[in-house]
Amino acid sequence: MKKIATREGYGKALAKLGAEYENMVVLDADLSKSTRSYEFCKHYPERFFNMGIAEQNLMGVAAGLAATGKIVFASTFAIFATGRAFEQIRNSIAYPRLNVKIAASHAGLTVGADGASHQALVDMSIMRSLPNMTVIAPADVVEAEKAVSAVAEYEGPVYLRLGRAAVPVIYDENHKFQIGKASQLREGHEATIIACGIMVPESLQAAAELAEEGIIVRVINMATLKPLDQEMVLRAAKETGAIVTAEEHSIIGGLGSAVAEVLVENYPVPMERVGVKDVFGESGEPEQLLKKYGLTVQEIKEAVYRVLPRK
Amino acid sequence: MSKGHAAPVLYAALAERGFFPREELLNIRKINCPLQGHPDMQKVPGVDMSTGSLGQGISTAVGMALAGKLDRKAYRVFALLGDGEIEEGQVWEAAMAAAHYQLDNLIAFIDYNGLQIDGPVTEVMSPEPIEDKFWAFGWHVERINGHSFREIATAVEVAKKVKDQPVIIIADTIKGKGISFMENQVGWHGNAPSREQAAKALAELA
Repeated sequence: MKKIATREGYGKALAKLGAEYENMVVLDADLSKSTRSYEFCKHYPERFFNMGIAEQNLMGVAAGLAATGKIVFASTFAIFATGRAFEQIRNSIAYPRLNVKIAASHAGLTVGADGASHQALVDMSIMRSLPNMTVIAPADVVEAEKAVSAVAEYEGPVYLRLGRAAVPVIYDENHKFQIGKASQLREGHEATIIACGIMVPESLQAAAELAEEGIIVRVINMATLKPLDQEMVLRAAKETGAIVTAEEHSIIGGLGSAVAEVLVENYPVPMERVGVKDVFGESGEPEQLLKKYGLTVQEIKEAVYRVLPRK
Repeated sequence: MSKGHAAPVLYAALAERGFFPREELLNIRKINCPLQGHPDMQKVPGVDMSTGSLGQGISTAVGMALAGKLDRKAYRVFALLGDGEIEEGQVWEAAMAAAHYQLDNLIAFIDYNGLQIDGPVTEVMSPEPIEDKFWAFGWHVERINGHSFREIATAVEVAKKVKDQPVIIIADTIKGKGISFMENQVGWHGNAPSREQAAKALAELA
């Protein structure tokens, strides 16, 4: 299967959308070649502003530009956007509900060799907790590109989570991405795997292997963590009776938590969470890290084995 | 209004200019009143940016000034900072960016009253040498008596003529000026006077 990083979809979309939206500006904090915001700079240099290694100011300047009517994309690594500049995002962007899209790349363990200091594992948790914030984690490059178009059209703050590593392309150009709508990728009746980001292809692989063993599970790509597609979650709970979530993120506060919140209040069913188990990562190759920290096809299958007898 | 805690004076000015009824001022900081403890642009007409967390307003002002340059619009952006506020690192990130992008449409004031919550700024965390710092960051610096309207007006006129540099106007002020029991008293940083104290203060100002 072809592999491309989701950040490539971001760069491609920016280059295209710049022509469509004359009021679109892009900011970065000295990482434009890595985040791929440089693709915008190449085509529209007068509307690209490098803020230097100063993420707090990056978010504030983004807010000021948005207050004048600009559509602003602000990019840096996920760890710095959501960590270092958290309070700037909260008070200068989310609270006044300004039209800033925080497009953060290098999220999750697959940053790789940079190690724990650079691996954002609670970014979705942090962003999901902010009122007015929309949180999106595309599954592949195609969905990333479509998500960038969708958030440019949407008025309000968005956190868009992008990755560094090349990951399988699961969608073709016919994929319809809609903010707040999950997509079902595989039908099943015994359990449902709800995943986001790079764990979507892993989940599809797990479902395929489980099917060979006679276990038929549904797979849902929950690309929007907030607002969560509650209807899709509840239908899965009612029709399949067990849920497994999978995310390249801490099991605290991310997709697993969001799904659990909906289930416990509406229709409790047995559930298992696959994710980073409340620990920091380390340096290594993406594949090695995913294996060591339990973000694998095998891990998802085992979660299904655990959840089925609990039904 | 980067020093968002000065919201009451901003609200008073906005009410005088007719953005909302003056009676609303009496409900400041009360439940269900749009006049929050710190300015909220979504709730109060005339407020251009929500502020309150120090150091953030100046960055948003840089963004607005950048947009003005990009759109070739003639507007200017004014920001008011506290002297304690510039202890925030973000202020210096913003200062660097404003000079880098040659934002001569940005005029910032520092209300240099010398006091912050825990005491004199020079004791808590000295901003000195404050003029040298801003010059070094690439700003044009003006220093004035912040209680003189003439000096404020003159400094703004000078600032408007500066090319390719943002301008900082350091305004020396006395906290609680004109009110004998408030002048230079750090304890009045965030307190409202009682009815009696208010009457006395107004009498002294009259």
